[in-house]
Amino acid sequence: MIEFHLDARSGVAPYQQVVQQVRHALRLGLIEVGDQLPTVKEVVASLAINPNTVLKAYKELENLGLAAARPGIGTFVTKTLSDDSLAAHGPLRQDLQRWLSKARRAGLGEESIEALFRDVVRASSAQGVA
Amino acid sequence: MITVLEANGLSKRYGHKWALSECTLAIPAGKVVGVVGPNGAGKTTLLHLAVGLLQPSAGSISVLGGRPGTTAGQLARVGFVAQDTPTYAGLSIAEHLRFGAWTNPSWDQKLAEDRIEGLGLDPGQKAGKLSGGQRAQLALTLAVAKRPELLVLDEPVASLDPLARREFLQGLMEVVVDHGASVVLSSHLVADLERVCDYLVVLVGSRLQVAGDIDELLSSHHRLTGPRRDRGSLPRDHQVIGESHTDRQSTLVVRAHDPVLDPLWSVEKLDLEDLVLAYMSRAVKVDRRPKLEVRS
Amino acid sequence: MTRLTLRQFRTEAVVGLVLLGALAILLAVSGVNLMNVNDAFRSACKAARDCATASNPVVNVDKPLQSALPFLATIAPALVGLFLGAPLIARELETGTFRLAWAQSVTRRRWLAVKLGVVGTAAMAFSELFTWMVDWWAGPIDAANKNRFGLANFGFHGVAPIGYAAFAFALGATAGVLFRRTVPAMGVTLVGFAAARLAVTYWARPHFASPARESLPLTTGSGPGFGFGGANGASVVLNPPHVDVPNGWVYSTAVLDKAGHAPTSPYMLHACPVLDQVSEQLAASGGLPTSGGGPAQFHGCINKLSATFHTVVTYQPAGRFWPFQWAEMGIFLAAALALCGFSYWWLRRRYA
Repeated sequence: MIEFHLDARSGVAPYQQVVQQVRHALRLGLIEVGDQLPTVKEVVASLAINPNTVLKAYKELENLGLAAARPGIGTFVTKTLSDDSLAAHGPLRQDLQRWLSKARRAGLGEESIEALFRDVVRASSAQGVA
Repeated sequence: MITVLEANGLSKRYGHKWALSECTLAIPAGKVVGVVGPNGAGKTTLLHLAVGLLQPSAGSISVLGGRPGTTAGQLARVGFVAQDTPTYAGLSIAEHLRFGAWTNPSWDQKLAEDRIEGLGLDPGQKAGKLSGGQRAQLALTLAVAKRPELLVLDEPVASLDPLARREFLQGLMEVVVDHGASVVLSSHLVADLERVCDYLVVLVGSRLQVAGDIDELLSSHHRLTGPRRDRGSLPRDHQVIGESHTDRQSTLVVRAHDPVLDPLWSVEKLDLEDLVLAYMSRAVKVDRRPKLEVRS
Repeated sequence: MTRLTLRQFRTEAVVGLVLLGALAILLAVSGVNLMNVNDAFRSACKAARDCATASNPVVNVDKPLQSALPFLATIAPALVGLFLGAPLIARELETGTFRLAWAQSVTRRRWLAVKLGVVGTAAMAFSELFTWMVDWWAGPIDAANKNRFGLANFGFHGVAPIGYAAFAFALGATAGVLFRRTVPAMGVTLVGFAAARLAVTYWARPHFASPARESLPLTTGSGPGFGFGGANGASVVLNPPHVDVPNGWVYSTAVLDKAGHAPTSPYMLHACPVLDQVSEQLAASGGLPTSGGGPAQFHGCINKLSATFHTVVTYQPAGRFWPFQWAEMGIFLAAALALCGFSYWWLRRRYA
């Protein structure tokens, strides 16, 4: 059974954080198809967050096809992401490695690389707001 | 939409001072409502009006469709925990539960006992000897065990240490999951409310500043930063909540349902604390924000 | 709600019962003693046929108790008001627990009614039990002194104390509602109760019924204080005799003629020239001795005056003792109920 945590300062909506943590756990193989996700009551009791937040997160996971709710019993994992991370991202991984070599040759240290990466990610997702 | 609390021009006066002025609200059922505002803004007054501890000086309020505090039936549907969680110091926890059983026809003794046991409290302990957090949990148990449709809590965690605070909110959320009760809780700290609330009411200076679903509020309020400009350049349906200008730069907090299309504005989301602060500053009508925007 | 109220006042109830128990034992012991002394006196005086004149030694038995008990019995209702009435509502208001109580499914009216009713009844019961015990104990003394209707004793006999306790309790509760703090409420209760008791005793009770008046021949006057006195060297006054109305309440005695006038100084000097001779003596000593063993002139003057003047006693007859008790209880009970109504109204107005 996985445990969630909430980063109040991250700027990411709580329900998104729950979704991300489930996906992360799936990727790492901590949970597998058929495993039950913590009940709403369990999540709420450990995190002290609004039950609707958990419901929203689980709904999102359902929309993503990763989980399914069985009424009266709980929410269960229906698809794993482990395969995705290994096979499907091969080309992406190579592209990234090439870009990293370029960045290092340009003189960027680890911190600058991470900062640049985060900045670009944020800017591209913020474009949807304006 | 079923409303759990409806207020119309609700006002309360003490002598010449208005503790609450012209408050009009319609809070839907099934929400965890946070009432936030500085001390003296009228939060306790609003909550006391909602549970029938006060009568309005003007306007009206109806809770779960009835006038607060009037009949035993109405009182049974609303659970209340007052500020500083008063308990009878000389009575033990078990005696408090018995008190609840004697005075509430809808009392669920098993629920109360299970909760006390789950909290690790000794039923024979006198309430006066409990810690602040334990007393708060006892008060919550008393409010919850009569199975109310609405729970009202006045600054329940204000005087608790962080651990007790977290435990109280965990317990409260469990209650919401188990019983589906609507909750209205007040605080002067936004951080307390952020995790648990999905509906917000902001009171400042005895007046209602803004009320609404938190997701809706966060998606409709933006911070606009851009070169120094007059606010008049914005579309008319963009409501300016706050603004500050330096000689080069303007920063505005805006409420808008349509997206801001002007490319000169850099648009950012606000977090809940910033949103509340914007409304508080507006209410005070003094621009206290520093010239340079400092993000906390 | 009833059970909660009883639980909240558990300590007071225990203290009250303990005190009553201790008092019961004390009074039982002393009371039996008093009865024995009284019985002994009765048989002795019957044998000697001087029951009317012999003085009953019972009035000197357990003297400390005799002084203390009337005082305790008088303040008992006030204590009830202080310790049961004042904290009743004030404690809940000052600790904030009324917000807990009013969040339960009881209406304000029921909450107040039960509190006032349960504790008020207990207060009245305690007070009456206390009074009954003191009343029983004082039986022999009352029989000897025959003064239970008097101002000092009326208040701890019969049923009036029930009214006092109810009033003190209601006053305490109302003060608690008004001031919202137990200690100020206690202060107000004490002062208010004392004022009410004094006011009723001196201004109301004398008017419950028109007093009876009776004329007695002046020559039968007796008792300390009866006699001539000098007011300021030149004039003479006649101090009225002491008149005993057994178990009645004497308002006053006066020496008056048929028209209701007292003998004036010139009249008395004219009627009894001898008084003039001793006027300096009068001024110096303050009066001639009483009829018990005075100079012949005194008797002569009295005889002379008695043709025109009589001793007039204004009093309530003994038979009115119980009606007066009921009336006094009624007044205080009515005031108590009015106070309860007021405190309910005030509470609703201020809070809900």
